Amino acid sequence: MFLIAFAVPAFAGPFEDAVAKFANDDFSDTDEAIGAVASSGNKLAFPIISALQDGRLMADPDSKKVYVTGSDGKSIDAATGEPVASVPDSASAVRLNNRLRRSVDAALGSLTLQSPDLATRLQAAQSVFKSHEESALEPVDAALAKETSKSVKVALGEARAAILLFKPDATEVEKLEAVATIRARGDQEALALLTGMGDQPALVAKAAASAIGSIQSSLAVWSTVQNAWYGLSLGSVLLLAAIGLAITFGVMGVINMAHGEMVMIGAYTTFVVQEVIRTRYPGLFDYSLLIAVPLAFLVAGAIGVVIERGIIRFLYGRPLETLLATWGLSLVLQQEVRTMFGPTNREVGNPSWMSGAFELGQITITYNRLWILCFTLAVFAILLAMLRYTALGLEMRAVTQNRRMAASMGIATSRVDALTFGLGSGIAGIAGVALSQIDNVSPNLGQSYIIDSFMVVVFGGVGNLWGTLVGAFTLGIANKFLEPVAGAVLGKIAILVLIILFIQKRPRGLFALKGRAVEA
Amino acid sequence: MLTKSTHHIAASFSRRGMLAATAGLVLGLASLTGAKAADDTIKVGVLHSLSGTMAISETTLKDTILFLIDEQNKKGGVLGKKLEAVVVDPASNWPLFAEKARELITKDKVAVVFGCWTSVSRKSVLPVFKELNNILFYPVQYEGEESERNVFYTGAAPNQQAIPAVDYLMKDEKVKRWVLAGTDYVYPRTTNKILEAYLKSKGVAQEDIMINYTPFGHSDWQTIVADIKKFGSAGKKTAVVSTINGDANVPFYKELGNQGIKAKDIPVVAFSVGEEELAGIDTKPLLGHLAAWNYFQSIKSPENEKFIKAWQAYTKNPKRVTNDPMEAHVIGFDMWVKAVEKVKSTDPDKVIDALPGIEAKNLTGGVSKMLPNHHITKPVFIGEIKANGQFDVVWKTPGLVAGDAWSKELEGSKDLIGDWVGKKCGNYNVKANKCLGSGS
Repeated sequence: MFLIAFAVPAFAGPFEDAVAKFANDDFSDTDEAIGAVASSGNKLAFPIISALQDGRLMADPDSKKVYVTGSDGKSIDAATGEPVASVPDSASAVRLNNRLRRSVDAALGSLTLQSPDLATRLQAAQSVFKSHEESALEPVDAALAKETSKSVKVALGEARAAILLFKPDATEVEKLEAVATIRARGDQEALALLTGMGDQPALVAKAAASAIGSIQSSLAVWSTVQNAWYGLSLGSVLLLAAIGLAITFGVMGVINMAHGEMVMIGAYTTFVVQEVIRTRYPGLFDYSLLIAVPLAFLVAGAIGVVIERGIIRFLYGRPLETLLATWGLSLVLQQEVRTMFGPTNREVGNPSWMSGAFELGQITITYNRLWILCFTLAVFAILLAMLRYTALGLEMRAVTQNRRMAASMGIATSRVDALTFGLGSGIAGIAGVALSQIDNVSPNLGQSYIIDSFMVVVFGGVGNLWGTLVGAFTLGIANKFLEPVAGAVLGKIAILVLIILFIQKRPRGLFALKGRAVEA
Repeated sequence: MLTKSTHHIAASFSRRGMLAATAGLVLGLASLTGAKAADDTIKVGVLHSLSGTMAISETTLKDTILFLIDEQNKKGGVLGKKLEAVVVDPASNWPLFAEKARELITKDKVAVVFGCWTSVSRKSVLPVFKELNNILFYPVQYEGEESERNVFYTGAAPNQQAIPAVDYLMKDEKVKRWVLAGTDYVYPRTTNKILEAYLKSKGVAQEDIMINYTPFGHSDWQTIVADIKKFGSAGKKTAVVSTINGDANVPFYKELGNQGIKAKDIPVVAFSVGEEELAGIDTKPLLGHLAAWNYFQSIKSPENEKFIKAWQAYTKNPKRVTNDPMEAHVIGFDMWVKAVEKVKSTDPDKVIDALPGIEAKNLTGGVSKMLPNHHITKPVFIGEIKANGQFDVVWKTPGLVAGDAWSKELEGSKDLIGDWVGKKCGNYNVKANKCLGSGS
């Protein structure tokens, strides 16, 4: 250890010494270096810290030299700013852990408060709010004096308030003002700040307590809205999974245990599409799902037609055999996929327009859930229109309502059967594309949806698409309001018990079909 | 209508047997090894699910044992005989595990079995191994509270994974508030009980601990992630300790990423998420979340580099990852070979007695030792998830940690030890100085 310490060449000043610490590959040394570099006022501070954040700060443990590599491939010596021809092979990126990432954020926050870019300034103000270190007060004040944008001004004001709350020698007036500013912000982070500020003068503590109360009660209202949104979102997933079954089971009366596997096949189609895009046309990645939707429909639909022609048509009117045959088929399909793609999860990426979230008031809405809700409703509307307005839809309804009459009117009933089953399976395939965005793509994907799908269709009323829609959203919302109270496990049990009781009372579900078709 | 449907039931019963048999045949065919029995070989049983829910994790372990046997045979086998793998598929079906174990021991006459993943499958085969007196090597981290004569536990006990992880968060991240989230079955429930007792003994108040269980394969994490966010906004540093089981992890992490919970705000430390599980997720939003294991693929040691290279060559997949339970099998297999060579016999009684004290190199540069309680010594590492799906080790225990069969944190087990060398007992009460009989 001593030898190494002496081997290090003496550097000119404290800045150079601080930079050299990055080469020690020791988290606490790196932490000290970040603090020293950030507060040094040196113009290299920003490039060094932002390089550290992106993993572009390279350190050579042998020579203790540190380099900033640019995205253009050019590098400079971090201590002097001199360009260097190349970074030695022995150098590796300076490692970070969570504590250091917070330090980097705090340091970058104070360094970029006056950046020309509005978004960067806003982000900087927010990181200062989060870290609220006393040393950031001066840069915040300086930035506030120059700031012109209203939103950044508010963010800076909040950051300033956060610093003052934790500054031991701030006056009572300053602290009271700060509490008021934070109270106006009113979100969970504001709450965290106020509850975590520890011992305060009596007046401040009182103001804080009242602010906490007001934020909590407004958050409680928002949490009800949030539960409702989560319920809608869960409902849309249930509906998407069940909609294909509403055709095969609801309209045709086939107890199709392999329905979940059609969903899985749709998800694997998405995987294959993304693999091809990744290797051949990386630019198209954001459109991968749009390409996968029709393909998944065709693949799952074709398999559905083959299943109907090969197995199910021999079993019409024999529900128990159909159940066993399709269940066996589901095992075969699972093992088939396991052999082809392996038993482990396959990665299906989220296109950029489906990643992340936005804030609506105090609730977070994730893009993937929002898109799935829209997509589900669109699929539902198209399916409904198809059954109502197309010739095939008319034939399907005719065959399911009165097969013999339809046949004597010249409809090829067995062809319609195959197409109907294919349609149901194809829609399950489309569901798989959407579900690949929120769930595992593994051979077991389908299993987790089969029970829920049957639950939705039976609850909504067999044979009625609108029933499936209402059933799915009712179950989704009920589940999400029960979950915070009873927990996920008990919530699910409670839902099942409620459905059993409901079916006792109304055996045909929410929207029972009436008329002669039911008796057939 | 009524008469018609009774007729259907009758008809279906006559066919059900045939259908089930056909399905069984199809699945059975998939798991046939094709290897022919020969008398001059030593048979090694592999009892890992190759179909059903657990196939996702266990198939790799089957491949690992086949790889290790292949390597051993290249070196000339054991006691001058070649090793021969007998692979069966218990299909993630717990009672079937017991049936297949019995088949391996009585029909195939295997000398040792490497297998099981879930605790319930291990519990299901225990009576079989006791009755037929054979050896099981169990490679997965588990909840402890067990020490059986016929079982060797090469995965981590809670004091070799959960407790050090919590210690790290407490000391390095100054975590004051804890969410213990798990899947609803025996391993998370017992681990969380141990952790809760441990946290309380360190002065954490009841209101700073939130415990949450979810069903197997849970996929809608919106409410729970929002709850975690809410729990984390009480002004104290908060962390999530996750015992969430394999399949449910992908949607959980996706939801965390989408709701913007970053590791630098609320870190999640997981005990069942390794390289294999991360292979199915886009890891960029997960940067910095943690996992505690006794092995990471990214650890630089000559043994590890050699192992990864040979493994990827064997599987003909240069991207194939390695993980912690695989390393446990590597250590267990090596220990078994050494014990057999020591007593020059594969007789289970002799091997069981020879195993405690046997040392084997682990892949992270240390030497693990089989202890009298049938657990092993292991180093503990905390790794942060990197953007490439690998882990960056940010902390490790100074030395190797000896596995406790019985947790020191729980009232019911703190006086118990397992000692199959001196006391010949799996649950010896050191206070009362007597053996309580059964080891689990």
